[in-house]
Amino acid sequence: MALSTTASDEAELREAIRAFIAEHDPASVPSAEFNNARFDAGLAAVTYPVGHGGRGLARGLQAVADAEFARAGAPERDQARNVIGLGMAAPTILAYGTGEQISRWLRPLWTCEEIWCQLFSEPGAGSDVAGLATRAVKDGDEWVVNGQKVWTSLAHHAKWGLLVARTDPDVPKHAGLSYFVIDMEQPGVEVRPLRQATGEAEFNEVFLTDARVPDANRLGNVGDGWKVATTTLMNERVSIGSGRSVPREEGVIGYAAASWRQHPERRGHDAHQRLLRLWAESEVARLAGERLRQQMAAGEPGPEGSAAKLTMARLNQQITGWEIEFEAEDGLRYDDWTMRRDATRGYERGPGFRYLRSKGNSIEGGTSEVLRNIIAERVLGLPAEQRADKGVAWKDIPR
Amino acid sequence: MTVDLLYTDDERTLADAVRSLLADRAPVTGLIKRVEQPDTYDAGLWRTAAAEIGLAGLLIPEALGGAGASYREAAAVAEEFGAGVAPVPYLGSAVVATTALLAAARASAGRAEGTAPSPAAALLKRLASGDATAALAVEFSAFPPALPAAGVRVSGARPGDDEDGVTRLRGTVRSVADALPAGVLLVPADGVPGALYAVEADAPGVHVAPVVSLDMTRQLADITFDDAPGRRVAAGEAADAAVADALTAGAVVLAAEQLGLAQRCLDMTVAYVKERKQFARPVGSFQAIKHRLADLWTAIAQARAASRYAAACLAAGDPDTAVAAALAKSACGDVAVLAAEEAVQLHGGIGFTWEHPAHLYLKRAKAAAVGFGTAGAHRETLAALVNLPAPA
Repeated sequence: MALSTTASDEAELREAIRAFIAEHDPASVPSAEFNNARFDAGLAAVTYPVGHGGRGLARGLQAVADAEFARAGAPERDQARNVIGLGMAAPTILAYGTGEQISRWLRPLWTCEEIWCQLFSEPGAGSDVAGLATRAVKDGDEWVVNGQKVWTSLAHHAKWGLLVARTDPDVPKHAGLSYFVIDMEQPGVEVRPLRQATGEAEFNEVFLTDARVPDANRLGNVGDGWKVATTTLMNERVSIGSGRSVPREEGVIGYAAASWRQHPERRGHDAHQRLLRLWAESEVARLAGERLRQQMAAGEPGPEGSAAKLTMARLNQQITGWEIEFEAEDGLRYDDWTMRRDATRGYERGPGFRYLRSKGNSIEGGTSEVLRNIIAERVLGLPAEQRADKGVAWKDIPR
Repeated sequence: MTVDLLYTDDERTLADAVRSLLADRAPVTGLIKRVEQPDTYDAGLWRTAAAEIGLAGLLIPEALGGAGASYREAAAVAEEFGAGVAPVPYLGSAVVATTALLAAARASAGRAEGTAPSPAAALLKRLASGDATAALAVEFSAFPPALPAAGVRVSGARPGDDEDGVTRLRGTVRSVADALPAGVLLVPADGVPGALYAVEADAPGVHVAPVVSLDMTRQLADITFDDAPGRRVAAGEAADAAVADALTAGAVVLAAEQLGLAQRCLDMTVAYVKERKQFARPVGSFQAIKHRLADLWTAIAQARAASRYAAACLAAGDPDTAVAAALAKSACGDVAVLAAEEAVQLHGGIGFTWEHPAHLYLKRAKAAAVGFGTAGAHRETLAALVNLPAPA
């Protein structure tokens, strides 16, 4: 990917989009046809390589393309359901996929006709995901997979899963993993909802029983699964920092501030002091997110993504905790404990939901404790934790 | 939002020059001896910074002999002075007093063609040359937008004063930062109208008494004016605006200084815990220590965005400057104290000794947390600025 952009890159991009729109009128061409043609014209994601939906341009120019297409009334894609595909699968496939694999997967991924999920975490492998136990055993041109995955968002919609499985239990844990793309629509894959503290089930458990993956669906070499998975996880953190700019008071602080303004009769001095602190910290965190985006656009990717996530998790929890207290008796009511499979509504549900859901923020996508280890070791260069399983064959690790 | 929150190449170059100068001329180990002297300012260091890097006139327009730089550069420089806990009057003279004079000079810019330059412009020329430094005679704890209560009043004129353009001032201002080395004192005084006066520090009736200060790297002074002669540089609303601008600039640039101090405390502490061994391993390998330092790094990353935003707003005259200043001074003030306190604690016994410089950082951080408004005071100004009113 190019790190810097030039004015001519931008002018050429705008010209190419206008020429494309002239030939594909968004008002008359069906959505699927339009998006597939857009991919083939190299105007999907500008960072994708030439011949694979893009033109190898800098990330910063994506906003230019998005704005041009939005102005022309280009059809939406189901991006919300394919966040794993777009944010994590695509960069991993581009980094490790063969030309054939990229050609097979990238276009329906980008158009969101095929939804993706990620099969990493297991009941016995959370923060220590490299210790995972799902086995893949070679059988001719295929691998036979047995095991259980958990916290799998979108598995019930997914066509494809990014799977890390153990292919060699006789070597230390990181060395015995391989990375596959598994077809989720097969008899050996069972997806069950996983209900969480909020009452709904955003996530799934995935049971793999003699599920099959062709060897042609392996990304990277046998035994290189950890390296490939690291690429996926790095992109998960990158995606935190590369989102859009957000306005002041977006997010949970907006609910708290609005409630304060609406309810003068509930105001107290302690609540006021705490709210001012939370407001200031939220606004500073917003500026830090903006600074991170600017760093990335300037080609200085910083490790601040981990700091952004740590801070966001802490603030969301503190603010929503404040809200329950400030709302008093209203904070003691909850809208509905019925299990919902697909949450169509989020934080707008109410203070109780916000309070409970934000408890997940310091666990999902790397616990705050693991993030602190990452910052301490990779940013500050402090010595790594002493590990009892270092150099030990996976099968010999006590568990 | 289009505000640039990164550092430009020019800002980096300027900061590098200051860092090299301090490493060369004012290593922190040498400061430990200096802070026991009656007057701790390093005049030689400041002369070099003024002459070689042009810091005395950094914010002063080129037409008046300055560098014509903005508050973004001023903040980048302040980070280095914070990192080096340098005993120079940069903040008080090149930022706070200079900002007051720039506002006063703007207010009198309508003067007729061909008349002498305004007193403020003349003073700015003098500051830019490095011949003198100035200090705004307000308590270090004064914070924007509240104006400090003037402890100084106009007193009876002496014969000849009117012809000389002199006003007599009487009163006391306590705990003024960067006044000890100042050649010129800018004094807000009550009268009809209230005005801002320039007083030569060596004039009869001016007494500048050094204070044994919590932070001897920015030593305070108590100033008494006993019918001291002042010349008016701004009056009425223009004087109030000049003082308010100066306090806002002081808060924003001091926030940058606090950020630089915090980063240096983190760097020193990380280096130390990698090297210090107990229980046969570096103490920095214990998670209890790693997590504290990770949290500190996180807080500094946040504060840096606030500091850059405030400097950029101030440089651009952005309408959000008041909010930005409150965010920066509260975030950076808190993080500097946290960083210095963590530095003392995580250095263990050596961090509590006089011979180790950690205490210089602790004292500077805590004093700076009060200077130009505590974090809490700044957060309270947000109540009115962002419509989160206090309980009735």
